[in-house]
Amino acid sequence: MATYDSLFDTLGLRDWCDAGSSSAPMSMADLIGQAGGAEPEGSIWQLPFPSMDALNDACPAFPQSREVTRGLEDGFLSIKDSLSFVLDPLTQPLSWALEGALWLFDTTPWWIMIPLLLLVVQLVTRSAALVVFVAACLGFLAFIDYYSYAMDTLAIIFVCAFICVLLGVPIGIAMSRSDGFQRAAIPILDMLQTLPTFVYLIPLIFLFSVTEPKLYGIAIILYAIVPVIRLTNLGIRLVDKQVIEAADAFGMTARQKLWEVQIPLALPNIMAGVNQTIMMSLAMVVIASLVSAPGLGVLVLRGIRNLELGVGLVSGLGIVLLAVILDRTTKAALARVNSTHQM
Amino acid sequence: MTEEIKISIRKLYKIFGEDPAAALEHVRAGVDKTELLDAHDHVLGLQDINVDMHAGKITVIMGLSGSGKSTLIRHVNRLIEPTAGEVWVNGENILELDEKQLRQVRRERMSMVFQKFALLPHRTILENAGTPLSVRGLSRAEWEDEARTWLNRVGLEGLDEQHPHQLSGGMQQRVGIARALTSNADIMLMDEAFSALDPLIRTDMQNLLLELQEELHKTIVFITHDLDEALKLADHLVILKDGAVIQQGEPQKILLHPNDPYITDFISDINRARVLRVRSVMVPTREPRDGLAGEVDHDANLESVIALSGGDTTLSYRVIRKGEQVGVLSVKDLVRALVPSEASDEGVLSRAS
Repeated sequence: MATYDSLFDTLGLRDWCDAGSSSAPMSMADLIGQAGGAEPEGSIWQLPFPSMDALNDACPAFPQSREVTRGLEDGFLSIKDSLSFVLDPLTQPLSWALEGALWLFDTTPWWIMIPLLLLVVQLVTRSAALVVFVAACLGFLAFIDYYSYAMDTLAIIFVCAFICVLLGVPIGIAMSRSDGFQRAAIPILDMLQTLPTFVYLIPLIFLFSVTEPKLYGIAIILYAIVPVIRLTNLGIRLVDKQVIEAADAFGMTARQKLWEVQIPLALPNIMAGVNQTIMMSLAMVVIASLVSAPGLGVLVLRGIRNLELGVGLVSGLGIVLLAVILDRTTKAALARVNSTHQM
Repeated sequence: MTEEIKISIRKLYKIFGEDPAAALEHVRAGVDKTELLDAHDHVLGLQDINVDMHAGKITVIMGLSGSGKSTLIRHVNRLIEPTAGEVWVNGENILELDEKQLRQVRRERMSMVFQKFALLPHRTILENAGTPLSVRGLSRAEWEDEARTWLNRVGLEGLDEQHPHQLSGGMQQRVGIARALTSNADIMLMDEAFSALDPLIRTDMQNLLLELQEELHKTIVFITHDLDEALKLADHLVILKDGAVIQQGEPQKILLHPNDPYITDFISDINRARVLRVRSVMVPTREPRDGLAGEVDHDANLESVIALSGGDTTLSYRVIRKGEQVGVLSVKDLVRALVPSEASDEGVLSRAS
């Protein structure tokens, strides 16, 4: 005798309930209940919430709660083939880009790679102090033989951050131009940002082969693209209304306004978004090592799996150093942009 | 006046709110601004504006903040769409133009100067000044000389490669004026162009504008909340209150014959001796008269006549325009004109001295 028996009786659904009985496999609770024998007649204090499982007790035809997750799973599996048929070729260039970048960073000898990176830092920031700092960090990582891992991580971040900017800036611009699109996009961005990072990986593992780089590429991009979209949108919306009015008054077309006024004036915000995007892809690249992303994350994972304290700590430190390098470099570039943008 | 009418605003209404068309009916039925806001939740921006602006003259639109003056000027280049009415520029109704024609008009027929300058911060001074031409698709080589000429004309030599933030407010507004002039449009809209500047620089800029106007004869629409500025610049003065024109005409006439207590309040604080001109106070006559103490120009202000007379109210002067007598001015009339419509005698003494 279950609590909600009377509910189904009064609704006249008893026949329907019994017709579908005993189709569902037993749950652990059922087994325990059987072993325990007679259930105590419940007082009001023990009234269960009319959940799916409680209702199933009263009426076997009512689905159990595990049907929800199973339904979702079945649904996903049934569209999986057609989904991957569409997504596979679409995302294939991502795999190529990642493979290419990893190959490039791995095969370029260190005595070309490190000066090249330093040159980039110098061109972007024009700060000698920062170049020395970056040289010291890279030198340290290379000295303790973490160079190739660090380069793998950098390669993945360069590719993913580049694609984030490539996709995120136009999406942000579209959001800034349409309030409707902004309203629709913000919940999706919120979800992408708050969804536990491991959860990204689960459907992706079903869709793509674990050996393919695009699997972790997509996970990183989905997670890291949010700030650049948000800040592009914000930046364009924050452009001084008077300047926009002036652009209108001098007869600029929408396109001229976008390229000659809005994007240049939103650039500091867009750059701040790029900085955040790079930082977030660095955070995700560690988790992506669960699905075969090479780099320092692999070492962190090894540290956890095998309880190799030293390896875990040193590779963690390596990631911190990379983060500091990338952050300082993009921030210095941002400061340079800002200095020409004050009113 | 017989000059050509360049801009003509007819029966212009602007109502802000969800359903301006319905609110317009209420306004036409005689509902006033406060009532419209309280009962119908719509803001009355402008009501029944009729203004003619003459070619080559400075029309000043004056009013306190909230009077709708900035809204009005934005109707001339249609940065704001009116609820009802017509805006004729060069015989063309601006409100009937499609997007492309409107852009053409904004690019070639009119330019605008803004209160907070609205320069492009990421561009150099020269590039900012060249904006109106580069927008039209001209190459840098084509607009560079023109932009530099106007920068030099407003007194900004050798600053071509600076960025706006490196310049003071007054200099930034000079760039704003140079930018407007570079477009070579014959209409110039100036929205509180000098209000953000400090008083000394403001005077400089007013003089610069008058000097440029002497030479260029643009049709200028100038918005201000400052009466002294309005009187200094205006050929035609329009006074706005709560979105309606309460008086318009030659500034001297408004000063001598205000038709509204609001205007009387407004003008009670200014130095009338400096603003009023001899021609507005004299008795027009071409007949020679004896016993005149001397000659004064018809455009001289009263302050200079008081100085000339040494305070002797028994004197009279011959008023001269281009070497011919156009009238006679007695110092007694002059002193009488200095009395504001509702000011006390004490006020007159302190003003006249």
